Amino acid sequence: MALTREQIAQRVAREFKDGDYVNLGIGIPTLAANYVPDGISVMLQSENGLLGMGPYPTEAQVDADMINAGKETVTAITGSSIFSSAESFAMIRGGHVDITVLGAFEVDQHGNIASWMIPGKLVKGMGGAMDLVAGAKNIIVTMTHADKYGNSKLLPECTLPLTGVNCITRIITDLAVLEIRDGAFYLAEHAPGVSIEEIKKKTAGKLIVPEHVPEMLF
Amino acid sequence: MSGFDKVVTSYEEAMAGLQDGMTVIAGGFGLCGIPEGLIAQIKRMGTRQLTVVSNNCGVDGFGLGVLLEDKQIKKMVSSYVGENALFEKQLLNGELEVELTPQGTLAEKMRAGGAGIPAFFTATGYGTPVGDGKEVREFNGRPYILEEAITGDFAIVKAWKADRYGNCVYRHTAQNFNPMAATAGKITVVEVEEIVEPGELDPSQIHTPGIYVNRVIRGTFEKRIERLHVREEA
Repeated sequence: MALTREQIAQRVAREFKDGDYVNLGIGIPTLAANYVPDGISVMLQSENGLLGMGPYPTEAQVDADMINAGKETVTAITGSSIFSSAESFAMIRGGHVDITVLGAFEVDQHGNIASWMIPGKLVKGMGGAMDLVAGAKNIIVTMTHADKYGNSKLLPECTLPLTGVNCITRIITDLAVLEIRDGAFYLAEHAPGVSIEEIKKKTAGKLIVPEHVPEMLF
Repeated sequence: MSGFDKVVTSYEEAMAGLQDGMTVIAGGFGLCGIPEGLIAQIKRMGTRQLTVVSNNCGVDGFGLGVLLEDKQIKKMVSSYVGENALFEKQLLNGELEVELTPQGTLAEKMRAGGAGIPAFFTATGYGTPVGDGKEVREFNGRPYILEEAITGDFAIVKAWKADRYGNCVYRHTAQNFNPMAATAGKITVVEVEEIVEPGELDPSQIHTPGIYVNRVIRGTFEKRIERLHVREEA
């Protein structure tokens, strides 16, 4: 069975190490904050200028001056810091953020990512995504393995305008965990109940399948 | 010390000198930390053909979005403009130009502009449409693109408090682009919630030193929330 959004988020959270500074994109990546494993502390970076983002506020805590990069009201944890956008992107571009998790339309076997622009559709902008993929040490992409018509989103070459080149390290989909290795997708884990055959069928790019592919743990 | 007193008492004085065709750099992220009264004054003045440099362009009817109503903006330089139906309409029918710029590059362009650095190399945007036509240089085996700094005829900034000398502090994430915007205007106007006397702000806690600031005005703020998200009390 393909994973739900929550299950993908749960698997993402297993990537976190104690003491990691993490930037989570909008959508499934944000959900990963709900599944940080016991005994692990991460500090969430929000690129509008907050390190140590907390949960959404209660009604009484709502403060218009306290928002996240998705422009939602938010809180700050004890020990957080708040700074300018230039400072925020200095920590991103300077490689100080340990893990970035973001969604994508397409990825390819060279580690390229397309996530911001579909030609012919109105382009709203890249926000901070290009900076994040150019700067973070470890970039994890979450997405469904194929689109709703069954077309693979893991390609030999991205077809859409890129967000960044040769930058992503891991892909966590509803079917599998894959790594970018030597110009190919390396199958690291399969989702419970998902066959290797299905993953092969839905991966258009070059796929390396090792002899033993472990089942994903949550 | 009257030469250092930056306080003005009317919005007319605050935005005096703004003319058609000028470039205005505006602080703010979404609707958070935006100089509401200064934007309203630009609307009242009816200044046109403006290039506005700001991370976003407000929403319909609020923030920089109000300057679209009378087609005062010729060009926006932003990282994300997806919250605004009028923006979309004017963009599609060619009345408005937009230069999409990665958020970190935008912040750095302002910072560099204010710091007298004309351009800088960054990995952000290399190999993407943003890098098209830009100079590429390799440093330590990695390609970078050349991005040019931005300065404005005016910078409009929202701070929490300022003293009469223009020393500013920001509150929470309403800081965002404001400190960089403040450095990058030929005339920098700061709208604040509270004006205090010199000495009342701790010198070591100042975010924007008064040297960057030309005018300070006290405003009243609606502080509209773009996406209210609350959780239930535990």
